[in-house]
Amino acid sequence: MSAPAASPDLKTGMAGLAVRLRGVTKIYDSGVSALGPFDLDVRRGEFISLLGPSGCGKSTALRLIAGLGAPTSGAVEVSHRPVEAKGTHSIGFVFQDPTLMPWASVLENVRLPLKLTHMPVAEADVRVGEALTQVGLSDFAESYPRELSGGMKMRVSLARALVTDPDILLMDEPFAALDEITRFRLNNDLLALWRNLRKTVIFVTHSVFESVYLSQRVIVMTARPGRIGSEFRIDVPEPRGEEFRTSADYAGICRTVSNALAPSYQGMAGA
Amino acid sequence: MSLEPTPSSSPASSGHAPRVLRILLPIIVLTAGMGLWEFAIWRYQIQPYVLPAPTLIFKTLVADWPVLSESLLTTLTTTLEGFAAAAIGGIALALLFNQSKLLEYSLFPYAVILQVTPVIAIAPLLLIYLPQQTAVVVCAWIVAFFPVLSNTTLGLNSVDRNLAGLFQLYGASPLQTLRYLKLPAALPFILGGLRIAGGLSLIGAVVAEIAAGSAGAGSGLAYRIAESGYRLNIPRMFAALLLLSAAGIVIYGLLALISHLVLRRWHESALGKES
Repeated sequence: MSAPAASPDLKTGMAGLAVRLRGVTKIYDSGVSALGPFDLDVRRGEFISLLGPSGCGKSTALRLIAGLGAPTSGAVEVSHRPVEAKGTHSIGFVFQDPTLMPWASVLENVRLPLKLTHMPVAEADVRVGEALTQVGLSDFAESYPRELSGGMKMRVSLARALVTDPDILLMDEPFAALDEITRFRLNNDLLALWRNLRKTVIFVTHSVFESVYLSQRVIVMTARPGRIGSEFRIDVPEPRGEEFRTSADYAGICRTVSNALAPSYQGMAGA
Repeated sequence: MSLEPTPSSSPASSGHAPRVLRILLPIIVLTAGMGLWEFAIWRYQIQPYVLPAPTLIFKTLVADWPVLSESLLTTLTTTLEGFAAAAIGGIALALLFNQSKLLEYSLFPYAVILQVTPVIAIAPLLLIYLPQQTAVVVCAWIVAFFPVLSNTTLGLNSVDRNLAGLFQLYGASPLQTLRYLKLPAALPFILGGLRIAGGLSLIGAVVAEIAAGSAGAGSGLAYRIAESGYRLNIPRMFAALLLLSAAGIVIYGLLALISHLVLRRWHESALGKES
C-alpha cells in the first residue's frame, strides 16, 4: 500500500504524462541552492502532493512548472512541451494566500484570466458563473474580497484557477492559513472537484495528514537543496470521505509518511 | 497645511460621541480665540493698522469682495493649472520610470534636484525667461509634481508579487498588467500624492505671485497681500490671507473626499472600524 513507487505507471506510459521534470535545479541569485537535481513524472489526471518542511524547494518546483521563473539547469516539460512555450497548455495556480485583487469584486477577480485572453464578456460570464457554482459561491459574485472569510477567499482563488478549464492545477499550500474545520471542508470539496473534472493536481503542503488524505501519490522532499526523499502511493478505495479520515488505514499511512519525513527535519532545529 | 496624508478615519472617529467632539471642539476653540482677539483689540484700543479686529477683517472681506474675489479666481486658476500639470506630469513620469529602469536612473536625480531647490529662489529666474502667467503655473507645477511622482512610483512598485506572477502565468501584456494590476494597486498611493500636491500647488502659485508681484505685475491673492502691505492696509492683508487658507482647506477637503469615494469599497484607509 505504501511501497515506494519508483517505476512509471505501466498502464499510461509516456504518452499520459502531464508534467515531466528532468535534472531540474534552481540556484537563486543570492547563491542559495533551492532545488535539485529533481526528477518528477506526473500522469495526466493524477493527484500528487509534494510534502516537506518549509524551505525544501517545493514551492520553487511548483513555480518552475508554472513557468514563473526558469530553472538553472534541467528541463521542465508540461504536456510534452517545454514550459517556455506559452499558450500551448493551460495551468491554473492557487497561491498560499488567496491573492485576490482587493479593488475588484469576486466576479471580476474570477473573470481576470479570461479577460487577459480577450474572451468576449458574455462568454466569459457564463464560465465565471460555472466556476463560482463549482466552488459554491454563486451568491457572492458582487462581493468584494474584504467582505469574505478566509475560506471563501480561497474558494474564489480556486474558482479563478478553474475558470480557464486548465489541464493542470498547481496548488501552493493553499489551505495552510485556514482553520482546521474550514480546511477539512475545502479538502473534501477539492476531492469532489477532482473526481468530477479529472484535472492533474500538484498539491504542495507541509501537512502529512492533508497530503495522505488528498493524493494518489505523496512525494516526500528533503531540504536544502530540495530533492525527492521517498515516494508513497496511496491506494485506497475512492471516493474518500470522512470515514477514510478517521480510519485506522489512514492513521497507519500517515505514520509511515511521517517517519519518512522525519529525517528532513533533522539538523533543522533552528528552522 | 499638513504634508502627510491623514487617514480619513482614524480609530477614534468611529462611535458617536468622538465624532461630535471632533467637529465641536475646533469650533469652540475658534470662537473662543476670536472672542479673545476681539476683546483684546477693544480693551487695549489697538489701532487697525497694527492689528485689525476679526469683525473688521470680516467687514473688509465683504467690502473688498469685488477686488478680492477676482484675485481669488486668478490664484485658484493658477493653482488648478499647476495641479493638473503636476498630476499628469507626475503620473506620466512615474509610468515612464516604471517601464524603463534606464530612464529612471537617468532622470530621477534631476526630479530630486528640482524638488529640493527652494521654489522661491527659482521663481525670479522663471519670470525672466517665461511669460508671467506661464512662469507662475510652472512654479506651482515644480512644487507639486514631486509628491505625485514619488508616490506613484512607490505604488507601482508595491504590487503584490503573487498577483504579478498570476498575470505572468496568464500571459498578460505589459499594457494589460499596467491597466488591470499596477494602476489599481497604485491608486491609493497616487491619491495620497495628489492630496499633498493640491496644497503644494497653492503654495507654489502664491510664491510665484509674490515674486511676480514685486516685479510690478499680477493680480492674484498673494499679490493683493503684498500690495496691501505696502499700503499699510492691514485688514485687507488679513482678509486675503483668510481667503487663501479657506482655498487651501477646500482643495484638501475636495481631494480627501474624492480619495474616500474612490477607495471606499476596498482600501483599508477608507474603511471604518466596523467593517
